Formats: sequence, C-alpha cells, structure tokens
Amino acid sequence: MRHLMSPLDFTVEELDKVLSLAGEIEKNPEKYAHVCQGKKLATIFYEPSTRTRLSFEAAMMNLGGNVLGFSSAASSSAAKGESVSDTIRMISCYADICAMRHPKEGAPLVASMHSSIPVINAGDGGHQHPTQTITDLLTIKSLKGRLGNLTIGLCGDLKFGRTVHSLINALVRYEGVKFVLISPEELRVPGYIREEVLDANGIEYKEVVRLEDVMSELDLLYMTRVQKERFFNEEDYVRMKDFYILDKQKMALGREDMLVLHPLPRVNEISVEVDDDPRAVYFKQVQYGVYARMALILTLLNTKVE
Amino acid sequence: MLNVGRLNEGFVLDHIEAGKSMSIYHDLKLDKLDCCVAIIKNARSNVMGVKDIIKVECDIEALDLDILGFIDCDITVNIIKDGEIVEKKELSLPETIENVIKCKNPRCITSIEQELKHVFVLTDKEKKIYRCKYCEEKYGERTKERKKAK
Repeated sequence: MRHLMSPLDFTVEELDKVLSLAGEIEKNPEKYAHVCQGKKLATIFYEPSTRTRLSFEAAMMNLGGNVLGFSSAASSSAAKGESVSDTIRMISCYADICAMRHPKEGAPLVASMHSSIPVINAGDGGHQHPTQTITDLLTIKSLKGRLGNLTIGLCGDLKFGRTVHSLINALVRYEGVKFVLISPEELRVPGYIREEVLDANGIEYKEVVRLEDVMSELDLLYMTRVQKERFFNEEDYVRMKDFYILDKQKMALGREDMLVLHPLPRVNEISVEVDDDPRAVYFKQVQYGVYARMALILTLLNTKVE
Repeated sequence: MLNVGRLNEGFVLDHIEAGKSMSIYHDLKLDKLDCCVAIIKNARSNVMGVKDIIKVECDIEALDLDILGFIDCDITVNIIKDGEIVEKKELSLPETIENVIKCKNPRCITSIEQELKHVFVLTDKEKKIYRCKYCEEKYGERTKERKKAK
C-alpha cells in the first residue's frame, strides 16, 4: 500500500504516469465516471480549507465514489484530545482512502504509519502540500507541453511559501529548468533550498527584487500570496503583503506565451484586471487540481481502467 | 597525573573533547547503570591538549554505542576483556537516532502527539546533518536562530 506525503515520493516516471492519467481523465471524463463506485474517501481536515477539501471531494464524486469527513479540528474528536494515530485507525474502518490536512508538520506521516488505507497529505503546516505541486506540474505540462527547458519566475513569499519549496523540489528533476526568484529581501528562499536543492542539483537561478526587471525572460510566472498565518508579527505582515501587485502594465512586459499561475487564494498580488488576460491560467489550474486528485486517487487505490 | 585503576571488562571512551564527558555520561544513560564508572576530565593529551576519558566497567553488550557516533565520531572506543583491549571500535554516524534528541519545531507533530518517538534521520553524511523524520527540521537550526536573535 502506498501513501503520498511529499511530491518526491513518486519517481519522475511514476509522476509522468499520474500526469498522463490525469490528461486522459480530462479528455475522457465519462470513462472514469463510475470507476470508484462503492469506494469512500475520508477528508479529515484539522484546519479550514476551501479549495483543497472541495477539490478532493469533487475528484472522488467525479469517479463515482462517496465522501465523508470533517472540516475543522473543533468538529472532530481531536477537540477531545484524540491522537492522530487513534483517529486514523478509526477512519481506516470507515473509508478506503483518506486525505488529511493538519496544522502540525508530519501529522499525515504519523497517520500513514498507523493506517490500513492509503493516506494523502493534503497539507501539513508549512511543510508539504504534494497535491498542489502535482496540480502545478499538471497545469504546466498540459498548457506548455513540457516540464523541462523552462524559465520559471517564482514571486512573492518565497521564505514561508510551502508550495514554492515543493515546486522547486519537483522541478529540479527536469532538464533545462532555470529559476528567477523574485522576492523582498526578508522573504527570500531559505538557505537550505538554495544549497541543498538548487546548488546541489547544479540548477541555474538568480534572485531579484523587482518583478518588472525580469518579466520578459519568463516562460512561467508563479505568483504567491504573503500568508498572514505564517508571520508572528503583524507589523512585518502589513509591510510585506502588498510588495508585489501584478497588473496590466507589468503583464505588458511579459512574453505572449508566458503563463501566470497562482496556488490561490489570491489577495492583492494579482489585480483582477489581469484575470481576463489569456495568459492568466490560475482558474484553469483549479480545474487541473481536480484531474490531478482523480488520477492520484485511482493510482493509490490501484484501480485499473481498461 | 591522576591514576584510575585498570578495567577487567568494559569500555574506555578516549579522546572525548574536554568538557563533554558529563553530557555523554547522561546521553549514554550511564547514570541508570549499576556499575563502576570513572570520569576523568581535562586529562593531558599530546594530540588534543586536554581531553576527557570515561571508563565503564560493565558487560560489553550493556551499552548502545551508536549514539556516540552522533555525539562525536572522533571518540575512541576501546573494548576491554580480561584486562586487555580486544577491539578498537570505529564510530560512524548512525542512520537514525531515536529518543535521544528532541525536535524543537513548535509546529512539529512531535509537540502534541502522545508517546510519539522523536526520530532524526541522517540526510547529509558529509555535513553531518540530521533532520526530524516528521517535519524535516534540521537538528540544531532553532537553537542557532535563538542565539542569533539574542
């Protein structure tokens, strides 16, 4: 039995299979509409989430399966002090597969150690969020046609943004990838990502502060939100939150085939006037998230579709 | 120089960095052993200037020495039987360390989950980097950050 804790749990070949399956689901959704009939997905979310939980639930429903679960720690037995290991043993009796979000880092790993059903990490604190990364990869592959030979601009909170760290980790495995890291000095990519991931893999990258200076070089621009919940100090958050605002003027500097991605929710970092630009694909990305999760559920449940 | 008598069976941990012997005494849980333990601090050393030495008189199976490799790979472990050195044990970095060091990341699941073992995994042999199995926090990182803040 397999679990998914980090995007790197899959080899490049395994990930390719998941992405191809997702591509096939996109082309032929009817073929997959009943393949999980009689199966149940438990979404156990110890902290609030709109997109990820609904995306998982939509994915399972699209496959003809059923969904059960809870969406905050307050409405679960965690409020009574139950451990993660006890909760997952109980959930294992109710469902066939489980997606878990938890504010504590490593909680889904603890769950996987005691589970008799596959566990998918649906986000654990500032640590990992593998299904977002697989969604990002699927979006890039589907719309760009490749995952290698790309210059990728990552912009915003590169220090605390787990989606950025996971995406860098996943993309360094492909040839010809270059990164342009765009952030204020205080929110630069952590040293261990530079040393242990970028330098260790011989990846070309540069760090800049001004987005305008590099727009024309990018194949992809991945915008991120400055997350209030990651700051201990309100003052720092207020100072950083509107550092980057992608608007029409900045978009005019980008190439015609550049794509703009964002893991959402967006706050101020992308002006709504950009939404109508065909290069803005962050809402398509949400749709790819459902296909990616459908492919993952099928892969982890080992469901073969002829 | 102060002399401590010869061992018949046990270990001599030599070339311990001066001042570290007491923490090793606790890490190896020697205080829990019902045997004779000698700690020699600041002994003269040609190589190190000064060093600490620990002599433990016990069954050679009684101690888990893996943790020593994590504390300091340069410590020499002499195994004594019938009053003679029968083996000089090479220390290496253990692949995992269980319940010896604690994860200091307040966001780590180890901070709330009952009876969860604190496990650290060797992720970079060259740089001697250990990371928490659950949250991947580097051992020592948070202590460094706190010192910097001061």
